[in-house]
Amino acid sequence: MASEPHRSHLLEIEDLVMAFGGLTALMNIQLRVDKGTIRAIIGPNGAGKTTLFNLITGVLSPTEGTIRFNGHVISGQKPHKIAALGISRTFQTVELFDNMTVIENVMVGRHLHINTSFLKCGLGLPAIRSQETAIEAHAMGLLNFIGLADKANSMADSLPLGERKILEIGRALATDPLLVCLDEPAAGLNETETETAARLIKAIKGKGVTVLLVEHDMKVIMNISDHITVLNYGEKIAEGTPEEIRGNPKVIQAYLGDSIAVI
Amino acid sequence: MLRIRKAPIGVGALFILLFPWVAGRLPVIEHYPDLMVFAGIYCLVTIGMSLLMGYAGQISLGHAAFYGIGAYASGILTTHYNLNPWLCILIGSAAATAVAVFVGAPSLRLRGHYLAMATLAFGIIVNIVFREEAEWTGGPDGMGGIPGLDIFGFSFDSIHKYYYLVWIVVAIAFFFTIRLIQSPTGRALRAIHASEAAASAMGIDISRSKIVVFSFSAILASVAGSLYAHYMNFINPSTFDTLFSIKLVIMIALGGMHTIWGAVVGSVLFAFLSFEWLHQFGEYEIVVYGLVLMMVTIYLPEGLVGLPGRIAQRVRR
Repeated sequence: MASEPHRSHLLEIEDLVMAFGGLTALMNIQLRVDKGTIRAIIGPNGAGKTTLFNLITGVLSPTEGTIRFNGHVISGQKPHKIAALGISRTFQTVELFDNMTVIENVMVGRHLHINTSFLKCGLGLPAIRSQETAIEAHAMGLLNFIGLADKANSMADSLPLGERKILEIGRALATDPLLVCLDEPAAGLNETETETAARLIKAIKGKGVTVLLVEHDMKVIMNISDHITVLNYGEKIAEGTPEEIRGNPKVIQAYLGDSIAVI
Repeated sequence: MLRIRKAPIGVGALFILLFPWVAGRLPVIEHYPDLMVFAGIYCLVTIGMSLLMGYAGQISLGHAAFYGIGAYASGILTTHYNLNPWLCILIGSAAATAVAVFVGAPSLRLRGHYLAMATLAFGIIVNIVFREEAEWTGGPDGMGGIPGLDIFGFSFDSIHKYYYLVWIVVAIAFFFTIRLIQSPTGRALRAIHASEAAASAMGIDISRSKIVVFSFSAILASVAGSLYAHYMNFINPSTFDTLFSIKLVIMIALGGMHTIWGAVVGSVLFAFLSFEWLHQFGEYEIVVYGLVLMMVTIYLPEGLVGLPGRIAQRVRR
């Protein structure tokens, strides 16, 4: 039944069903994401996009179906286990650690790469300190990459929304993920901020990291995605390159409606 | 904010070091070192609890039980089995850890304040065991004959000696906790406190972290209970009842639950309030505690430790 896992498929979703009581949020979803590409998931509100993200990152367990990632079955696993396998994410409602500075937020993202224990930390062993220096340097490098190095020591909650979203992406990258799931990275951003975010996402792909993207901003999606999957009422109604999706009548009817003119 | 500020630690250490000497010279406060032994014992319990409350975001309403487990481990094992008191402290801690994992694991896997409910019930049950197992615990009358502590022939047989012993243990717990908060583990705890969703997405095992913190706080409480038993040489169940669990929460709220300093300040202040300054209220003492707790939560949500900052803010305006 399940086809041979293809080597270049980083993420494979088979017959995925998610039901909340009587409401079926996702129905028989199949999805294959190639390594090193940007895949956008689009669809009207309530189409099941965030539910899909929550299933991939372990926040929810699917009712049926399997999710395979890099050779491991991850459906039903705990979020921190899935993070350890190489999936990282951002949240639609930005979830930063507001009680920390910008650089500390990124440093939390290095948690998986720290060899530590409660006891070692409490005793303040020198090994922990040298590790901290290395983590700080790594985090600073990432802040340079995302362009927030000058804000390293500001508190995270003092940043404007645009920078908060960028910081969240930076924190997600700190885990050294193979796949990052970005939940509406451009929502609420002005045009300049959106461009910055789009450029950053392309740069992430440039680093060889696969990107899964939920977004409403059509300009961003058409501009940066390699493939687009369209969901509507929990079902996949179309899939293809931006050009194919642009011309797909089903998509136009279900999702774009009259606003096709703006693309 | 999370760098170790050396000045307050220096002042605090100097105060603790010189206090018995000063008190000995002033007849009015001659007995204060005795109170400070209790204050130190309370500090041990509240340092662990404030880590649990302030960083893991969980409230325990049953820490008197862990305090009691330490005390009764010391009491029973020394008097019935003649074990070395230091060994008893270790056994008590091990028992407290095991019980903490047993009580904490199911409730800390869930979100919300299930731990508060579980520990409340657990505290009541443990207290009933202390009261009913009279053959072992002496029942409601308590048990005496618990030996004092000594090490390599040096006996902690005076108030002043025990004072320094207790405060050395407090210092160890204090520095361990401060270091922990500034370490990667502490950062993970602060992350959990800010956003569990994001923390787990970063690979932090939330329930495990909470269970570890809860167990750590149980160990500190158990050590404190043992120190209490070896100091008083006598224990009875009412010391370890639910009211004491609630008093512990009051201590932390009073001092401020977002820093370890809050636990220390709150415990010391509470010890003096309860043994010295609120005596004249007699049975109404508990009403005063209630009022204090209400006032602090309404007007000083950061506790007394947050007071200087508040005043500074006012003055600047």
